[in-house]
Amino acid sequence: MATGTVQVRFFARYAELAGCETTAVSVAVPATVADVVRQVREAIPGAALLPERPLAAVNMRHVRLDAPVNDGDEVAFLPPVAGG
Amino acid sequence: MHEDLPQLSHEEILRYSRHLILPDVGVAGQRKLKAARVLLVGAGGLGSPAALYLAAAGVGTLGLVDFDVVDRTNLQRQVLHGTSKVGTPKLASARERILDLNPNVRVETFETRLTSANALDILRDFDIVADGSDNFPTRYLVNDACVLLGKPNVYGSIFRFEGQASVFFAKQGPCYRCLYAEPPPPDLVPSCAEGGVLGVLPGIIGSIQAMETIKLILGVGEPLIGRLLLFDALKLQFRELKLAKDPDCPVCGAHPTVTSLIDYEAFCGVLAAPASDGVEIAAADLGELRKGNPRLIVLDVREPHEWAIAHIDGARLIPLSELPERLGELDGHAEIVTHCHHGVRSMKALEILQAAGFANVRSLKGGIDAWSVQVDPSVPRY
Ligand SMILES: [Zn+2]
Repeated sequence: MATGTVQVRFFARYAELAGCETTAVSVAVPATVADVVRQVREAIPGAALLPERPLAAVNMRHVRLDAPVNDGDEVAFLPPVAGG
Repeated sequence: MHEDLPQLSHEEILRYSRHLILPDVGVAGQRKLKAARVLLVGAGGLGSPAALYLAAAGVGTLGLVDFDVVDRTNLQRQVLHGTSKVGTPKLASARERILDLNPNVRVETFETRLTSANALDILRDFDIVADGSDNFPTRYLVNDACVLLGKPNVYGSIFRFEGQASVFFAKQGPCYRCLYAEPPPPDLVPSCAEGGVLGVLPGIIGSIQAMETIKLILGVGEPLIGRLLLFDALKLQFRELKLAKDPDCPVCGAHPTVTSLIDYEAFCGVLAAPASDGVEIAAADLGELRKGNPRLIVLDVREPHEWAIAHIDGARLIPLSELPERLGELDGHAEIVTHCHHGVRSMKALEILQAAGFANVRSLKGGIDAWSVQVDPSVPRY
């Protein structure tokens, strides 16, 4: 089974929880966004607080969690923000 | 053409001259603005610049929904309100400021909390809704009401140094629920009151909301439909997310399950918090309790930078995030009163302590703010 590396980007509150804005994550490919979510929640202590179904984007395009992720993709997670 | 649109007076022609000479606005566009009815949900950080710019631009009718009173902590960012208005209703303050800026604007005020019971009636008579509210239940309420009524929702939100903006218009693109089908757990995303916000940030995001509103009225340019604008003030960077409509969206999808307004407080789980009978203690009671029990531990669970602003003499600081690892520092038999800024985080701390077997724990109702007001005014409020 091949392994791919994706660049994970956290926005706003998620970056605070994860302790970083970007990090490289290895996943077995072919993978989906849901696989990356699982991987991130397990591998990064603060990111365990991420919801199981966060708003996600691959290469800055909003996708569903079953969307494919390829080696070299950027997967971004965006928290809801309510302040006004 | 445009015979149904209102005419401009000589005063208006002079006032809007910089618009009138713009090819994409002109007299016809200015008359569209005059005919437009825009509802602003919230007259706070985002609503302030949005209201000021929309009023200045000549939007004919501005509706405002808010039920708050101007607080001194608002003035750092809510530029609609002045120091002389502290303690007065925001809507009265907003009306006075808007009419001073542009007496041609008709201001319609709704001094109420927007609820499932009144939202459709309030929103129905407006063309465009600009959401500058400050909590998740209202965000979902405004979204669903706009989808049900077929109106565009010009959305903006802010947190600390980052902001988001979009135009959720389900007829042409995704809605808020297409992005966030489920609300976050209540404690995942702090409010501005808990997390702080740089005062200029709502000025930028609220101005973008005003700009998008005006573009929708004029029908010019490319609105933020199907795009989420992400602003990072510290990097001074704008990014953009291409949004997709969720075919399974519960409100705007092909087979919607939300066909009328629901109980948004319950949906967002914010009602779960006040199950606090008996575990909260009033500030005045804590004052008395400390006199009778010198071993009582007042446990401050805020962050060190908040401690530096103000703290209760004799309290111990263990930030909420560190509490699970530092339980060993606390005497399990001692009487403990947790406190934070306003009494939200201290309830979380109480749950952590109770789960760890601490039997005699209460949480200071209203936090250090209530302590300052009711017990010790030498502690500054923030
Ligand atoms: Zn939707």
